[in-house]
Amino acid sequence: MPASAVAAPVPPGENLLAVEGVTLCYTTAEQIVTATYRVDFQVAAGDRFILLGPSGCGKSSLLKAVGGYLPTTEGHITLRGHPVGRPGPDRMMVFQEFDQLLPWKTVKQNIIFPMVSSGKFTRAEAAERADLYIAKVNLTRAADSFPHTLSGGMKQRVAIARGMAMEPDILLMDEPFAALDSLTRGQMQDELLALWEDTRCTLLFVTHSISEATKIGNRILLLSAHPGRVRAELNDVEQARGDASKTRELESTIYRLLFGDQAAEAAAQAG
Amino acid sequence: MKQTVVYDIDPNERLEIATRPVPLAQRLYGNPGLRRIVVVLALAAAWQSYGLWLDNALLVPTLSDTLIALGQGLASGEIPRKCLISLRVLLTGYILGIICAGTLTALAATSRLGASLLETLTAMFNPLPSIALLPLALLWFGLGEGSLIFVLLHAVTWVVAMNTHSGFLAVSQTLRMVGRNYGLSLPGYVFRILVPAAFPSILQGLKIGWAFAWRTLVAAELVFGASSGKGGLGWYIFENKNELEIANVFAGLLTVIAIGLVVDIMVFGHIEKRTLRRWGMHAH
Repeated sequence: MPASAVAAPVPPGENLLAVEGVTLCYTTAEQIVTATYRVDFQVAAGDRFILLGPSGCGKSSLLKAVGGYLPTTEGHITLRGHPVGRPGPDRMMVFQEFDQLLPWKTVKQNIIFPMVSSGKFTRAEAAERADLYIAKVNLTRAADSFPHTLSGGMKQRVAIARGMAMEPDILLMDEPFAALDSLTRGQMQDELLALWEDTRCTLLFVTHSISEATKIGNRILLLSAHPGRVRAELNDVEQARGDASKTRELESTIYRLLFGDQAAEAAAQAG
Repeated sequence: MKQTVVYDIDPNERLEIATRPVPLAQRLYGNPGLRRIVVVLALAAAWQSYGLWLDNALLVPTLSDTLIALGQGLASGEIPRKCLISLRVLLTGYILGIICAGTLTALAATSRLGASLLETLTAMFNPLPSIALLPLALLWFGLGEGSLIFVLLHAVTWVVAMNTHSGFLAVSQTLRMVGRNYGLSLPGYVFRILVPAAFPSILQGLKIGWAFAWRTLVAAELVFGASSGKGGLGWYIFENKNELEIANVFAGLLTVIAIGLVVDIMVFGHIEKRTLRRWGMHAH
């Protein structure tokens, strides 16, 4: 298995990622914008943890901070008890944009590259794992294709395979299906769940779609906007799975929590 | 009318017709090298007919006369000798120019002061024709290769540096974040992410730099060879014009063009095919 000594995986259900009192700010030309204000949450190993909220709630900023791209103004982010520093392959990221694959590498080379360059796997192991994960995302036919010949959905599959093949502590997903058409999106959501069943990797998933959140997550953190604060933490999402009326009820609860009772009633009447 | 009609198709079956090869004629037309050969042949035909119609070998010799002169020049070894002299100087200047450009761009990529330095220098020197520096170069480096290499360096450096720099700046934010996500070292990040991602601009800069170097060299030899006697192709052209061997002048010009075309198609075209076209990074 792994070539170099890698810390043992955190057992499922135990705390992996802790976000404590995190305030994030970014500076524009004219003002300092507070993206999130004193946000707390904890992600356990094996969670499919969703950050859900309207635009402006700082969910992507939070994900970038966990990824190490954005420094915290206040508070701490710790992974396995160690503060997160710079971006690194222990927190692989799947982006929304289709140009996240290196255009000069084939599908297989794209998946192998981080495994080898990070020193986590030998070249032979990496090639073997790449084949395995390419098969898992049903891209064996396209393994030697260059990214520009793939559809948007296929590119996102490669990005997910690349992230998962690295066996990161946590896979960070920044609205990975938002730029896809709705048919492909639904298909990709099912595939992601099937992959998770297979690998049980920890996901931190950002979305602005309530239905995507209830479909994919087992826990959902609701954030309010301007600045982003925790509105609610839903930990019993799984009990609504496969039950249409419970799912509908959960989604209307989320809607009410995010937008208030009046807006929810107006939406219910309009719908 | 029936409410629902279902056809007997297996949604998971893949038919042969899903993909098929492009027809030969279309594939040939899609070959950029082939298209260019057609253009060159058409231009050659136009030249030959104009030469025949004009019938004045002192103004425009026909293509066939020029080719005969070229054949003689090649057979006598004079043109190859001149080519070698020119190409040796050219490559020296070109490579030195690329090294200078690489250093400047590396400075620009790592510090904002470096970026300002590069941008200012490029804005100052890029519009300055290299040949305008030749009198100064002759004063500083004397009659010889030193002066030629100096003007070549000037011709190549700015355009290569400018293109590489703008290529780096244009690398998408997502790709940069992906590169950092991999935890690469700084040189790893530059050479394995930034350079390939900026390769379209870098190659463009190298191509323009090559063309600038070539024309600067020939022009410099026209001025410079006259007083040295040991010049390359530019000197060959100048010498033959003095002796009214106009077919030889055209043969010299044709050699300049041929080398330019061959390098453009064989070297740069080949690189482009192996990289940008394969990667889908080529501007269509």
